[in-house]
Amino acid sequence: MGGIPHDHYEPKSKIEKAIDSRLPIVGLLYDTIMVPTPKNLNWMWIWGIVLTFCLTLQIITGIVLVMHYTPHVDMAFASIEHIMRDVNGGHMIRYFHMNGASLFFIAVYAHMFRGLYYGSYKAPREITWIIGMLIYLLMMATGFLGYVLPWGQMSFHGTAVITGLFGAIPFVGETLQSWILGAAAVGQPALNRFFSLHYLFPFLIAGLVIVHIWAFHTTGNNNPTGVEVRRGSKAEAAKDTLPFWPYFVVKDLFALALILTVFMAIVGFMPNYLGHPDNYIEANPLATPAHIVPEWYYLPFYAILRAFTSEVWVVQFASFITGGIVDAKFFGVLAMFGAIAVMALAPWLDTSSVRSGRYRPMFKWWFGILVADFIFLMWLGARPAQEPYASFSLIGATYWFAYFLVILPLLGVIEKPLTPPATIEDDFNAHHVKPEAADLAAPAE
Amino acid sequence: MLKNFALGIILTLVAGSGGVYAAGSQGHVHDHNFSFEGPFGSYDQEQLRRGLKVYTEVCSSCHGMKFVPIRTLGDEGGPHLSKAEVRGYAAQFVEVWDQSLNYGEGDYRDALPADHFPKGGNSNAPDLSLMAKARAGFHGPMSTGINQLLKGMGGPEYILSLLTGYTGKEKTASGSTLYENTAYPGGWISMAPPLEDEIVEFADGYKNDLEHLSEDISAFLMWTAEPKLNDRKRAGTVGVLILGLLTILLFLANKALWRPIKNREI
Repeated sequence: MGGIPHDHYEPKSKIEKAIDSRLPIVGLLYDTIMVPTPKNLNWMWIWGIVLTFCLTLQIITGIVLVMHYTPHVDMAFASIEHIMRDVNGGHMIRYFHMNGASLFFIAVYAHMFRGLYYGSYKAPREITWIIGMLIYLLMMATGFLGYVLPWGQMSFHGTAVITGLFGAIPFVGETLQSWILGAAAVGQPALNRFFSLHYLFPFLIAGLVIVHIWAFHTTGNNNPTGVEVRRGSKAEAAKDTLPFWPYFVVKDLFALALILTVFMAIVGFMPNYLGHPDNYIEANPLATPAHIVPEWYYLPFYAILRAFTSEVWVVQFASFITGGIVDAKFFGVLAMFGAIAVMALAPWLDTSSVRSGRYRPMFKWWFGILVADFIFLMWLGARPAQEPYASFSLIGATYWFAYFLVILPLLGVIEKPLTPPATIEDDFNAHHVKPEAADLAAPAE
Repeated sequence: MLKNFALGIILTLVAGSGGVYAAGSQGHVHDHNFSFEGPFGSYDQEQLRRGLKVYTEVCSSCHGMKFVPIRTLGDEGGPHLSKAEVRGYAAQFVEVWDQSLNYGEGDYRDALPADHFPKGGNSNAPDLSLMAKARAGFHGPMSTGINQLLKGMGGPEYILSLLTGYTGKEKTASGSTLYENTAYPGGWISMAPPLEDEIVEFADGYKNDLEHLSEDISAFLMWTAEPKLNDRKRAGTVGVLILGLLTILLFLANKALWRPIKNREI
């Protein structure tokens, strides 16, 4: 493995040497767990552990739930009630799984905005970023597929709406939608395949997570200064870093325990707070709920989807020049996926010479507005599709695209960034080391 | 910046909960303090028993509860009836179809505790098993979820408001009678006022005016929707205490671990 120079595993006893010469797995684990990590990481660097925990939690609770679930349109809803009423501890396992999805998305959004603020996506970490975006897309897909399984009203009608998005694609849309559903409408084929894929995707995510970790263990973690670890020698690198174990493991576990305390309170005291009550009504194809609203973690992108109605001039223009092929519905779908695509392109859209937002006085403000915009869009996604929410959504969506496509490229040119500290060690000493201790042991160089 | 992130996450949680109910012409639901609200609230066994009586004598003539096994009436944390009472309760339902009887031809028999409550006789009357959770969408004001978070407003409040929300006005629309109701979305409901003062009598002489009967049935339907609520809250409390303790220990461990680094002792 490449990466920051550090001590590697040395097999000592005869048996260790024998194993190491045949399968260097201990060395691999050692290098992974002892990876040199910038000393100055702040509390926004804890989300990776939270996310790893979430994936594990979802896989374990999910495997248990599958033992009692029946993927059949006549029995799925009743089998969930069977889990809630008859299976030992079933209600807790299901509530952990339901709310685990919410924790997963809270953590992933915090993790992504951390990356966006501190420029973690910038070279040389583009591949880490892109793999992260793939994980995020798979998470969205997995969350949606899982939401279908209880076969409640929102499951059913939400599936009709979401697969309908694929139906909006010109020429191939209808065929594509039928291919996804396995039939002309939502029914048994869709439920069966969504169940299968909901079980498969988390393992694909797990595979990508390994690659994600591999990539940033090669480039090294970013850190709040955006300054790279010195790699000239082991001694130099050691001034900027500490081994992941025990320093960051214990720190991350502390943060995880704190977050899990809150999580436990939500599961124990208000497990349905983040869900939609209509999903406690068994699916009925003949009765469409008055408002079909996705789970909270899709709301910002749902708001962007709905923002581009046929009254918006850009949509009319697109429709005009494509001879009507790109209608409002398809434009909305393009906007929704585009909103994620522009985020994925951030490494190439950001032209700033400085990595971390901490040293970018103008960027800070635009980034703050982006975070506010995201939360605003989330709220708008839950509101009915009428004025003034439609206009607000359009403003919110416009800012989202403007941030990535206009503001990020321009800022790099017009902004005068501050000078980041020369080394991570300097930053750490300035922020975390008590002044008297720093005086006693002045830096050797 | 960190504070902004933290604030953002909290706002995300609050705004996110708004997904839940986007209102059209929403009825008015008033808050009521049920015994099972709050982190340490639990069901009132006597109230559930009264609610069961209201359900049996009034609601069940049209509605059903097909997801609720009759045996769970004997569960602790629920009405907690004795075994004999549960068996006696089941036996009143005399038309359960059992395919295994009559040499596989099938026949009707009396219900057993292992059976579920029957489906409703009126196909227009929705199943009540989960109604208290299916009508919990009071995430106001403005989709922020504050009412549910702070006041604990949810499905039981809706049921209570609905049962006490009849104004007495009626109208006929396309051949069926509709009744004005202040809690029902749209204002007009096809269910005639099911409860009235003293429609159900309790052996212990407990108050049986409309308000009290409505409270009892609302609590009972919350139990049918969420029978493990007491267990869940206990698990939540124990979990929060243990995780809280773990958090404190890890905080101290983390501080001790980093102290030499921050004091430049190593």
